[in-house]
Amino acid sequence: MAATDSLQTPPRRADAGSGAPPPVTLVVVAVALAVVMLVPLGYVVSVVVDVGWGTLEPLIFRPRVGELLVNTVLLVVLGVPLTVLLGVGGAWLVERTTLPARRFWAVVLVAPLAIPAFVSSYGWASAVPSINGLSGGLLVSVLAYYPLVYLPAMAAIRGLDPALEESARSLGLGSWAVFGRVVLPQLRLAILGGGLIVALHLLAEYGAFAFIRFDTFTTAIVVQYQSTFAGPAAGALGVVLSVLCLTLLVAEAGARGRARYARVGAGAARAAVPQRLGVLTPLVLLALTALGVAAVAIPLASVVRWLGRAGGGAAWSQPELPQALTQTVLLAGGGALTAVLVALPLAWLTARHPGRLSRLLEGTSYVAASLPAIIVALALVTVTLRVLPGLYQTAFTVVLAYVMIFLPRALVPLRSGIAQAPVVLEEMARSLGHPPLVARLRVTLPLLVPSIAAGAALVGLGAANELTATLLLAPTGTRTLATQFWSQASAIDYPAAAPYALLLILLSVPAVALMFAQSRRWGTR
Amino acid sequence: MTTLSLTGVAKSFGRVPVLRDVSLTVPAGTRTAVVGASGSGKSTLLRLIAGFEHADEGEITLGGTTLTAPGRFVAAHRRGIGYVAQDGALFPHLTVEQNVRFGLPRRRRDPAQVREVMELASLDPALAGRYPHQLSGGQQQRVALARALAPGPEVVLLDEPFSALDTGLREQTRQAVVEALEASGVTTLLVTHDHDEALSFGRQIAVIAGGRLVQSGPPSAVFDNPVSAEVAAFLGAAIVLPAWAGSASDGVDCALGRVPVRHDRSNGRPGARLLIRPAQLELRPVDGAHNAVVEDVRSRGSHAEVLLRTAGTSSVLIPLRVPAHEGPAYRAGMPVSVTVAGGGVLYPAD
Repeated sequence: MAATDSLQTPPRRADAGSGAPPPVTLVVVAVALAVVMLVPLGYVVSVVVDVGWGTLEPLIFRPRVGELLVNTVLLVVLGVPLTVLLGVGGAWLVERTTLPARRFWAVVLVAPLAIPAFVSSYGWASAVPSINGLSGGLLVSVLAYYPLVYLPAMAAIRGLDPALEESARSLGLGSWAVFGRVVLPQLRLAILGGGLIVALHLLAEYGAFAFIRFDTFTTAIVVQYQSTFAGPAAGALGVVLSVLCLTLLVAEAGARGRARYARVGAGAARAAVPQRLGVLTPLVLLALTALGVAAVAIPLASVVRWLGRAGGGAAWSQPELPQALTQTVLLAGGGALTAVLVALPLAWLTARHPGRLSRLLEGTSYVAASLPAIIVALALVTVTLRVLPGLYQTAFTVVLAYVMIFLPRALVPLRSGIAQAPVVLEEMARSLGHPPLVARLRVTLPLLVPSIAAGAALVGLGAANELTATLLLAPTGTRTLATQFWSQASAIDYPAAAPYALLLILLSVPAVALMFAQSRRWGTR
Repeated sequence: MTTLSLTGVAKSFGRVPVLRDVSLTVPAGTRTAVVGASGSGKSTLLRLIAGFEHADEGEITLGGTTLTAPGRFVAAHRRGIGYVAQDGALFPHLTVEQNVRFGLPRRRRDPAQVREVMELASLDPALAGRYPHQLSGGQQQRVALARALAPGPEVVLLDEPFSALDTGLREQTRQAVVEALEASGVTTLLVTHDHDEALSFGRQIAVIAGGRLVQSGPPSAVFDNPVSAEVAAFLGAAIVLPAWAGSASDGVDCALGRVPVRHDRSNGRPGARLLIRPAQLELRPVDGAHNAVVEDVRSRGSHAEVLLRTAGTSSVLIPLRVPAHEGPAYRAGMPVSVTVAGGGVLYPAD
């Protein structure tokens, strides 16, 4: 036996999730879930097929649609770069400069995430009644959504190896050149990912724009739905909106490219030496204060002001308030729990049995979630009325909509958690006499608890603040904090809306704190 | 105590054969080390025995029980085989004590028994409440061994358990593990790429290369009479010299002169190589007739390494260790005389 024979390439371990075929039951469950997740996309296709291009064409190519298209595209084209500027700039200042009280500013910068966009819009509309149109829409949405870029950018910057920047400096690059040529390219994934999420939120947002009378596709679809009840005009607008969303999804995937951004070297990265802000410090502090005031203080002050006007106790004694709180917790909790249960087999499949099939099945959940809530709601209205009338306007359908809209929020942390739970631990448990299922329950499940909690919290946060799908799908008489807030605020009864706004914010705080903590932790891994 | 037997075991991943026709017997209550290079299939062998993988062919039996055979496969959790992974694989959410009693049935979770197993593995009882991340690498490995021994397995498999430890800790942990295994009397199979570890581990050593088990036997016998020059080289401290004349009975001529043949593995094939061990060589500086010249001398702290080039047309480089205090006696270009004590092992040329 030649000694060189032993140097053959070692085969890939079947147990490490590379080559072992997934259990048939798991595949069947995952395929079934993926099919359900594709219902909204199927709805969009069926609108085109059912209504026919002949009917759709005049509905799509008309001045009103052109106006909505200009509004929506301008909102995305101007809004996304602004959120990237604020998000990346804020993250850089907090993580890599000598900014005073960096921890405080890190919290201030993420705080707008705890204020639903429509509550922020309500705050601004009541503080500055003249706010409206594209500029108003940009102001409100950028202030509400820039943390969606800030969080991944912060995590990415914390994970950067300062040795790369030091190497660039030793090669003669100045601070700005280092930022532009070394740091920014490494933030590309965070910027693209965060930018995509912001863009999809801008396309899907209803309440925030309706408050300030700024028309987008989503606001127009809701109006059409209310007047024609899922008629062809709403469907036509839905098709255009879906095409916009899917285009963004494909564009982001293409722009991501194949470059590697992970640290290459061995050993732990050192902590970065913060850049001195020097004479710019007062200017930066002023800018951050202005941002904090605009994004957090003004909406909060408006809520507090209206609570005061309502006379404190009177505002809290509304009979619908306890019911709205209970139903919000039940529906959002149900959505969170169901989303975790649905995400578990998909995440298991992608983490333990990666391959084309698992990628395809996982991709369907992202496609479904990229469609605006209004499209998901229209799809479920149509399907339940035509196929399953017993499910029309039931809590089940609302929870199903939440799962479709927010599934990736549960899928991503779960997949990451399962991937980090070593298979060898299950093998050890089996070697100690435990059958596979018991081994997973006793060893892997406890390790997944943080991921499950994170996924459930993120879905719960989204579901508690969800407005459009809840308005369309909830059983008659259902009151959630979001729908009650919307009902009172759209009747210009701002004092009555204020307690709901405050409760929505308070409910959001724990989930945002969790997201913030995880982003900081992921960044240092 | 039970004998573990493998007969004609084969395993492929896709089209890549990893193990071919492996047969091995580990006698009851003994320790066997399987040694091989990375990718030689040794870890896969362990995983087949543990029941983490299915063999394509062959049979694995434990005592009178067939664990793996065509049409039969006993699941890992029913085999009664303990497993210690390379990095210990302790459950991170459980304390040391909870890890150790993880494999015990509820009725047997006696704290005294857990303490007893911990003591067996040289673990301080004060560590019982700690979590794995609060332990050193050596402590983690000893907890992993205690956990594997606690349910009283018939066989324990060790998958390179010391490779992640630094040199000092490795020897200390290895000693503690061997003592624990000795005390428990459990049948043990260790896989390692470290020949020193394999040679010192137990009663039997098995050399695996390219998915085949090429030699097995008592460590001294395998080291003394390796089946091939490649196995000899893998087991370390091998000097292989071309041999060009003579016979197995009269000794063969090589760059160091005529050397007796201790074992003849040439099977009468023409051309030959002769294996001798550095410990057989005696070195002294000479002024006149010499058979080698010093090429280089390097201090290694506890000893010095003298690199020799043999004289003659087909010169060969031979690294040789001498005590540290003798190192300065040699310098590059110095003629030396090298004599061989005892005989060598003769192999065919290829």
